[in-house]
Amino acid sequence: MQTIVAVLIDGLSYSSYLFIVSVGLTIIFGVMKILNVAHGSFYAWGAYAAAYFIGLFHGMGFPHWFGFVLIAVSAVAVGAIIGLAIERIILRKMYEHEEVHILLATFGVFLILEDVILLVFGVNPYFAYQPMALLGSVKIAGVTRDVYSLTLIGLAIVIALACWLCLARSKWGKILKVVIFDREIGLAMGINVNAVYVYTFVAGAMLGALGGAAIAPTLSVSPGIGIDVIVLSFAVVVIGGMGSIAGAIIGALMVGLLRATAVHFVPELELFVIFAVMAAVLMVRPEGLFAPARARRI
Amino acid sequence: MTDAPILCVTGLCKSFGAVVAARDISVDVAAGEVVGIIGANGAGKTVFVNMITGYLKPSRGTITFAGTDITGIRPCDAAHIGVCRSFQTSQVFMTMSVLDNLLIATAIASKGRTSLLRPLRDDARITQCEAILNRYGIREYRDRVASTLSQGASKLLDIAMAGVSEPRVLLLDEPTSGVSVEEKYDIMDVVISASRRQGTAVLLIEHDMEIVERYADRVLAFDQGEKICDAPPRQVLADPRVRALIVGPDDADDSTARPRETTDA
Amino acid sequence: MRSLTGDRTVRGVLIGFTLLAIAGFFLPAWIVNNVMFGLARGLAVLGLLVLLRTGLVSFGHALYFGLGAYSVALLEQLAGVTELVPRLAGAVVVAGGLGWILGFVLRRYRGIFFAMLSLAFSMALYGILVKTESLGSTDGFSVSPTVLFGWSPETRHVFLAMVAAVCAFAAIVVQVYLASALGHLTTAVRDNEIRVEYLGYPVARSIHTTYVLSAMLAGAAGGIMAMALGQVDPDSMVNWTVSGELVFITIMAGAGNVAAPFIGGVVFEFIRTYAFELAPHAWQLIVGATLLAIIFFLPNGLWSLIEKPWKKLEKRRD
Repeated sequence: MQTIVAVLIDGLSYSSYLFIVSVGLTIIFGVMKILNVAHGSFYAWGAYAAAYFIGLFHGMGFPHWFGFVLIAVSAVAVGAIIGLAIERIILRKMYEHEEVHILLATFGVFLILEDVILLVFGVNPYFAYQPMALLGSVKIAGVTRDVYSLTLIGLAIVIALACWLCLARSKWGKILKVVIFDREIGLAMGINVNAVYVYTFVAGAMLGALGGAAIAPTLSVSPGIGIDVIVLSFAVVVIGGMGSIAGAIIGALMVGLLRATAVHFVPELELFVIFAVMAAVLMVRPEGLFAPARARRI
Repeated sequence: MTDAPILCVTGLCKSFGAVVAARDISVDVAAGEVVGIIGANGAGKTVFVNMITGYLKPSRGTITFAGTDITGIRPCDAAHIGVCRSFQTSQVFMTMSVLDNLLIATAIASKGRTSLLRPLRDDARITQCEAILNRYGIREYRDRVASTLSQGASKLLDIAMAGVSEPRVLLLDEPTSGVSVEEKYDIMDVVISASRRQGTAVLLIEHDMEIVERYADRVLAFDQGEKICDAPPRQVLADPRVRALIVGPDDADDSTARPRETTDA
Repeated sequence: MRSLTGDRTVRGVLIGFTLLAIAGFFLPAWIVNNVMFGLARGLAVLGLLVLLRTGLVSFGHALYFGLGAYSVALLEQLAGVTELVPRLAGAVVVAGGLGWILGFVLRRYRGIFFAMLSLAFSMALYGILVKTESLGSTDGFSVSPTVLFGWSPETRHVFLAMVAAVCAFAAIVVQVYLASALGHLTTAVRDNEIRVEYLGYPVARSIHTTYVLSAMLAGAAGGIMAMALGQVDPDSMVNWTVSGELVFITIMAGAGNVAAPFIGGVVFEFIRTYAFELAPHAWQLIVGATLLAIIFFLPNGLWSLIEKPWKKLEKRRD
């Protein structure tokens, strides 16, 4: 019983974190048809920025709760600055290129940003435990967990709702749907597709950075953290269906719960199961479990 | 035509959901026979061809080729045993030269086991392909990349590739659409004379009634997935129902003068 | 045979690799090492080039690269094998065998789905290797020096010559394959699958053949890398970054010629080494910037730098 509760809690909080990171990736893919490897860098930058500023402001005597503000500010700042720079300087010039070239370009950006982290923040790990310490821990059905990890679940739900409201209920959502369905139709309808791309990319980058910033207090932020995250979010996005927000939720839940189950029962298979499921989904339903509608071109 | 038919189609049916694309079609085609297939857009002509070459599986019915049941086989197997086709919009290898296109077709068609392992641009093979290029009158385009060809030349290449293996049944899907008026008889002369020489049965989908009248031994008229007529050309073109549905009642006699329909579903 | 020696690329490959093997004896050890690593990567990239000809990009070729490397390590761990020929054969057979099995699935996929499914398979292997103690976990295994028919050469130079011979052999095999009708079918499949099918050749078989060849090449490459490096570990052999680097070298090299991958591989290795010397914390930055520069300014790869002047020269001669 205790193990099951532990699996559920760990699985859900891990799923939440995966969802926050992956939803940005899936939005960018859905709108721009770019599989953005540099998304792992947004995550890493978010984590570093949050950890750095939390440590800095704590040292200056700010209260623990200020850490939450810093997490949000870091995510927005990283997304806006780095996301905008990448879209403007690199991707903007590449929309006519082959898919592989765009994917490789984002890989190049990923490599560059990995090292810029080292140059800016150095090689030593950062610990930003303050927000986690503030919230303390709680015992649920005999299982003790940090309250902070549980708040991630709430954050994921809020983000999912916000995305849904934005897509289903706003004028913006309608414009996005047109561009997702067919870029050319969007252009013909007088939509400024370039502007849509910028906003989408920056929003996706902010979400990626938020994932990193939000998880930063629970781990030691050290070089290379973006490398694992990017393939995990690829798995999430592919399982759910590339470009689908509902898919990202399902994908994140599957990957999160699977991993938690594996960690508790067969730790050797912790990583293997995730990618085995990813392969299985691709084999049975290549478009993913929740594939969005596609424009037919015949 | 007293021989046993090379191609027997019996009771062929196909529906896509509620849309019936073929309704109980039965046709026998003898070796060396040229059978025209006419019908309005969406009458089910291409679906019929797609079923014979294995691209679509019929909902019901059988297709027999030279005595063997070939219903629902893969297109590559159909081609292998001698049922080949050309396409309405030409299907060629866009980034390759015209010669290479034909060389590939020849290499696949050749029955020798090592044929595919030999270099593609083998001297004997090149000579063979150049002869084909000459026959189809596209020798001048030998080294042009296929994507740069005019629609007519590309169409000729497409038909030439389908005929390389000297198939026993050749299905031509609108061979003259997109081809200039001067060229269309040349193309048809080349294709039909080659087929007659090899005893190939030809199924010819056409919108151009002059072509049908001139080359077909027999004509099938299709309407809404149904075969409504099966007789020699003159008789079919004179049939009032065919005239009303397909040829058009008034201008049946000067069909070359009006703009042709070019697309089919 | 006459047609073989008449092929300019085959002659070029033979001369080039012979010169390289001889030059190896006069070059300092660090250059020899880099060249060897570069050739090993080049061999894997040759596999990706073959796939690229048929229009497919694999983001999981580290699967076969790693499998080849681990075959060499495990052959030694389990059976004490250190001979070159069985090591290489083991790497090729294991990689080719798995490639043959996975090929039944992968041949149905194109584009991004092919790339993602390849990635999933390679990461599944990574997941197993990283978490399994008996397979060396994150540390991997060390690999003892390679023995050639009972003789263990004292210098790295001899090994470079062996690697050069293997690479030359592979390059010529691929060149012959690509020049054959079967090899041209790869491009035909990329251009128009429907036509290939209607000419009487199953597209799935063509892709499967190409895929197995590609896996075997990557397996051999991994085996050589393990022998050259003297160790194997998941992060530098199987992780997705390795697959990414291989695709990067493929684009950097250009798909125009079977020699291009080896040039690309060696250039990559030198860029990496120099970048590391220059700025230990910023070598990835330099590699990434090179990648972007290549995509923007040399989209057809380094080979186009060699090909264009060559063609001009030929035209002038005519």
